Amino acid sequence: MIVEETHDCRDAFAAELVRLARHDSRIVAVCNDSVGSSKLAAFAQEFPDRLINVGIAEQDMVGIGAGLANAGLVPFVCGAATFLTARALEQIKADVAYSLANVKLCGMSPGLAYGALGPTHHSTEDLSWLRAIADLPVVVPADPAQTSAAIRWAAETTGPVFLRIGRFPVPDVSPPGGPAFAYGRAVRLREGEDATLVATGTMVSRALQAAVLLAERGVEARVVNVSTISPLDRDEIIAAARQTRAVVTAEEAVPTGGLGAAVAEVVLETRPVPMRLLGPRTFAPTGETAFLLEHFGLTAEGIARSALDVLGLGDGDLAGAGHDG
Amino acid sequence: MTLTQTAGGLLLPDHDAIGEWRRLRDRLAHADRTASAAALAALAGGIRRTVISTIRTAGLGHTGGDLSVTDILATLYGAVLRIDPARPDWPERDRLILSKGHCSVALYTTLTTCGFFPADRLATFAAPMSPLNGHPSRKAVPGVETSSGPLGHGLPVGVGVAVGLRLRGSPARTVVVLGDGELQEGSNWEAAMTAAHRGLSSLTAVIDRNGLQQGASTGDTNDLEPLADKWRAFGWEVAEVDGHDHLALLDAVTAPRAEPRPRCVIARTVKGRGVSFMEDRVEWHHKVPDAEQTRMALEELR
Repeated sequence: MIVEETHDCRDAFAAELVRLARHDSRIVAVCNDSVGSSKLAAFAQEFPDRLINVGIAEQDMVGIGAGLANAGLVPFVCGAATFLTARALEQIKADVAYSLANVKLCGMSPGLAYGALGPTHHSTEDLSWLRAIADLPVVVPADPAQTSAAIRWAAETTGPVFLRIGRFPVPDVSPPGGPAFAYGRAVRLREGEDATLVATGTMVSRALQAAVLLAERGVEARVVNVSTISPLDRDEIIAAARQTRAVVTAEEAVPTGGLGAAVAEVVLETRPVPMRLLGPRTFAPTGETAFLLEHFGLTAEGIARSALDVLGLGDGDLAGAGHDG
Repeated sequence: MTLTQTAGGLLLPDHDAIGEWRRLRDRLAHADRTASAAALAALAGGIRRTVISTIRTAGLGHTGGDLSVTDILATLYGAVLRIDPARPDWPERDRLILSKGHCSVALYTTLTTCGFFPADRLATFAAPMSPLNGHPSRKAVPGVETSSGPLGHGLPVGVGVAVGLRLRGSPARTVVVLGDGELQEGSNWEAAMTAAHRGLSSLTAVIDRNGLQQGASTGDTNDLEPLADKWRAFGWEVAEVDGHDHLALLDAVTAPRAEPRPRCVIARTVKGRGVSFMEDRVEWHHKVPDAEQTRMALEELR
């Protein structure tokens, strides 16, 4: 097996933010004592006056972000995804989304990235919560190229957005050449007509690996990277439902409200096909992130097994499959 | 009512009202204190009457708090804020954030006295599709800086505005008007720490200290006292004034600052101020006057 080079998407985020800030003096960063974990040290060094660290106070942080936007600045409000979204959800709803404030919410280290630090630090509900808020785009880049492109798009676009910036190492998945990120557009990374694997964030590379495993079983799986969870690329999902026999979703978030629910809503309303929705459905046990992903079946083998299952082909001779979550 | 018979539509500047407001500002700039007090009292009296009739028409509103905050809003919009109602998004404007968003009728009415939009639109308050919602929406109402309603949101936003304006080198000022009950929300105290830590001398918080919240007095619910000491301990300058004395409010808000610190003006007010049977009565938090009560209220406010 070839060992792929992997990346922490926070590095791409941090480098892009510094690049943009050099050319746009309106860009400021706001954080909650998370200069290190939000990877803002280089930004702080180059633009010390433009880093507003409010300390451990997320409601204050998001409100301040809305105020900075009101004053004409472009704030990137950064904090661990669970604290940013759970602690300040009402500020996100009222001060940012309902006020249409030009605030860029950056949820760092989402999903199960905090591993053995436990469910208090995991951000698995954020996609469900935020998808329920009107006027708030929810963007989940899958690799460094998508992360950089999404940050550029956010800076150039007036209006609120939530960006989920991964920490768990991921390989490059974006096809070379094309635009890495187009707002509201899903990217078809592999063609296939038996089933469609719809994945987001850290799960995209694993869905691609699952398609390889399925091909070995004679099953051709389409792979779709959904980097804009809200608004969802309905056309790409409808195409999957019309052109393939089943849909499997995979995300590092609860599927009851996140990507899985979003895709299921479209499939149900247009062309119902059998589905499997993969994601953690319980608070995680203790363990590092890689272990937890395996525990919840969020591996190439787990995704492939679900595809075989939903197609009625059983899990056969797929070796090393993960446990059901 | 069909969907076509709604109260929708954009709120556009009322240039006649803007002219009248500008003349008031000119008069106040040259008037002695007696004349200034009289002019602001007249402005506030008009706002109070419109508040009563607007709430009566809509069958909805927070009558008591609207009447307690009226003199604060009249003083700020009438004599303090550097704004341009014809250009509500003028980047160098002073910002007023009404954190106690439930007192939207007092805010909307005051905005019409500046000409942000025509006063006749107040008749659509709370009607289907009206931009004038029960709580103010930034998207829909010119002059509203942030959507408010859930309590404890205004001060953090105001801190962000003040930080941002200072970063931009703007001299514009930020005033946040808060209810006293909402000081029970912890987010205010997060923001109070940040404002003092950053020495935000362009930021003023005005507390509408009417002593009542929805269900009972603040003292019986979750006591705020010693309130001035709390703000001082958080690093703020504190002034305590009669919140119905326009000149005292004016002086407290505009006095020069000895040190680069945010200022808290505790404005002691009476909920329901100006209507005898509403004053200091907890039930008037969001009670709507009936026809006879409306007649009596307007009579008292004449």
